[in-house]
Amino acid sequence: MTTPVKNPETQVKRPDEPLFKRLTRHQMFIPVAALVLLVLFNLIADASFFAVSVKENSLGNPVLSGNIISVLDNASELVILAIGMTLVTASSGGQDISVGATMAIAGSVILRMVCGGQVTADTMQMNLILAVLIGIAVTALFGAFNGALVAYFKIQPMVATLIMFTAGRSIAAWINNNQLPIINDIAFKYAGTFLPGIPVPTPIFITAAVILIFWLVLKRTNLGLYTQSVGINANSSRLNGLDPKMIKLLTYVILGVCVAVAGFIRVSRSGSINYSRIAENIEMDAILAVALGGNALSGGRFNIYGSILGAYVIQFLTTTLYKYDVPSTALPAYKAVVVILLVVLSAPVVREKLASLKKAPAKTAKEVS
Amino acid sequence: MKKLLSLALAAAMSLSLAACGGGGSSSSKPAGSTPAGSTPAGSTPAASSQPAASSQPAASGEPITVGVINNDPNESGYRTANDAAMRATFTEENGYKATFYNNNDAAQQIATAQQMIQDEVDFLLLSPASTTGWDTVLQDAQAAGTQIILFDRMLEADESMYAAAVVSDMPAEGTTAVDWLAAQGLDEYNIIHIQGHMGSDAQLGRTGALDEKVNAESNWNYVTQQTADWDEATARNIVQSVIDSGKPFNVIYAENNGMARGAVAALDAAGITHGKGGDVIVMGFDSDKWAMEAVLSGSWNYMGLCNPMQAETVDGIIKDLMAGKAPAQKIIYTPEQGFDAATITQDDVDTYGT
Repeated sequence: MTTPVKNPETQVKRPDEPLFKRLTRHQMFIPVAALVLLVLFNLIADASFFAVSVKENSLGNPVLSGNIISVLDNASELVILAIGMTLVTASSGGQDISVGATMAIAGSVILRMVCGGQVTADTMQMNLILAVLIGIAVTALFGAFNGALVAYFKIQPMVATLIMFTAGRSIAAWINNNQLPIINDIAFKYAGTFLPGIPVPTPIFITAAVILIFWLVLKRTNLGLYTQSVGINANSSRLNGLDPKMIKLLTYVILGVCVAVAGFIRVSRSGSINYSRIAENIEMDAILAVALGGNALSGGRFNIYGSILGAYVIQFLTTTLYKYDVPSTALPAYKAVVVILLVVLSAPVVREKLASLKKAPAKTAKEVS
Repeated sequence: MKKLLSLALAAAMSLSLAACGGGGSSSSKPAGSTPAGSTPAGSTPAASSQPAASSQPAASGEPITVGVINNDPNESGYRTANDAAMRATFTEENGYKATFYNNNDAAQQIATAQQMIQDEVDFLLLSPASTTGWDTVLQDAQAAGTQIILFDRMLEADESMYAAAVVSDMPAEGTTAVDWLAAQGLDEYNIIHIQGHMGSDAQLGRTGALDEKVNAESNWNYVTQQTADWDEATARNIVQSVIDSGKPFNVIYAENNGMARGAVAALDAAGITHGKGGDVIVMGFDSDKWAMEAVLSGSWNYMGLCNPMQAETVDGIIKDLMAGKAPAQKIIYTPEQGFDAATITQDDVDTYGT
């Protein structure tokens, strides 16, 4: 039971089909094409974009520095969220819009734990791993709340998660008595910056670990298969002995865990939190990453690697736009252009047109031969 | 096609949700701060509703009804302190029946202000999220006999439209900071300018002075001028991308402390020295204690103080107005100054830090 359901279109080999058509049909086509486009643009406009140098940070550690490192580093939270969001999308055919707000909750809980309830703490008052585990438990609980509304009360995911979207940041503030806690312990910031002596930003390792875990889970367990079958047809999955409600709930809990990890990375970048600004609008980027990854937002078949690539593409775009001094107020407009292109490209009408464009000359070539 | 449509709809819907979501989140806010504050003004059947203009004596026993419209207390340490002070001052013990509303969205603020005017509050205390768009509110208030007192932030209107304003002098804060920077006597100023939420009073004031100077002087240049919307992570990203591009810079002018901290995180990661004796001058604004401590320790160079404690002054003005005394000045500026790493003392941190 280890083989995930493959896209039947790509599964069937059609040797006579033109290469171009096979490529465009592949699920990873859109994210890969977007990435290639961005890389080409940067190579042509200014190849120094890809330069990576070794610098010494203020603590005397040698660290890698450069746009590519920034992209990998800053995309971490988004990548982790996108993985969880893909599962939720696949199982319930809807998206969780509360991930930014629950990230604030996770960050707030973790900071409250390590600060021991003080506003500023110079050393951690609690074992960091324990604090993170508590943070994970709390957001998993909020994930279960969202999941229960979706699975058992059959509320539209976007409406169900609207509750936490609205209330989450207030809850986060309330957890810390409306104070803005600050932790000055350097060890707390290891997860968001660098481990001593290691030149690669820690978030990159955490993200790699999360991806590895999901790769193993999807390979070794039936989670992927079950999630897909529930997303494609909950009723027939039930008739085949699955519990669709439980599986939907599970995917929301998994997203809750992802949210805690992302929230932890975000707060450990600075050792503080700003409830109304932290991870603002990140839910939009996470959903965009899922869509960019070629996943149907209506659920069913999914590919987490597409979403992961999609998340990196979004951060790549952001970093590129910063490099060319595009005002950050204009960033959403550029993302909107990407969304429009994406939506148009994935429209069946356009795909058919694209395919027939290539088909005609291919046929004539065959006839000649 | 359905999928695309649903994607587009999803995007549109969540955008509109984001707009009203802020409102819900902050209005559900007053958790525990003041029980008096959570009573909506609408539920006051004590509809004697004396228009305050008819100068009723303050000590008549009737509580003065006030509606307080502020920004989101979670937006920054400054706002947290400001909001806490307002809630601590306008309590039942002090003779007030207060309704609080927090939102960073001016449209939501305006809607609530109109509701409060309809509920016939005596005073409307207002910290507008944007400087424009308030004309109808001001006119409605005048017609209903509700007096408006602005606090912390100004709006664009004729002085006759409000009773008083207790505000931070944002342009002066900008000028003080820019003058201080000019006094540092650098050969060349290559500035990373990180702006706050575009269109807010604080952003306009703090940007204005710097823009003017950069335009006037040939050795003052912007390396980049970007808004980070008061967000620390965005500020860090902006500075990081400048570092990655290899462009030289020696000043970071961040329009609040949170963004300055994000910028410093990027500097630290790249091993660029900052603060007293460092390569890069770091400047922040507002009143956070941790920021003043950063200036004291020499990690930052400058913090422009923006005093969040306006509640007492506003309280005094209301009491005066109720006694029939108009305030001596329409616009009262809270005392403000800049703190320099070379001269700041522990006393300053204890007195002004919030």
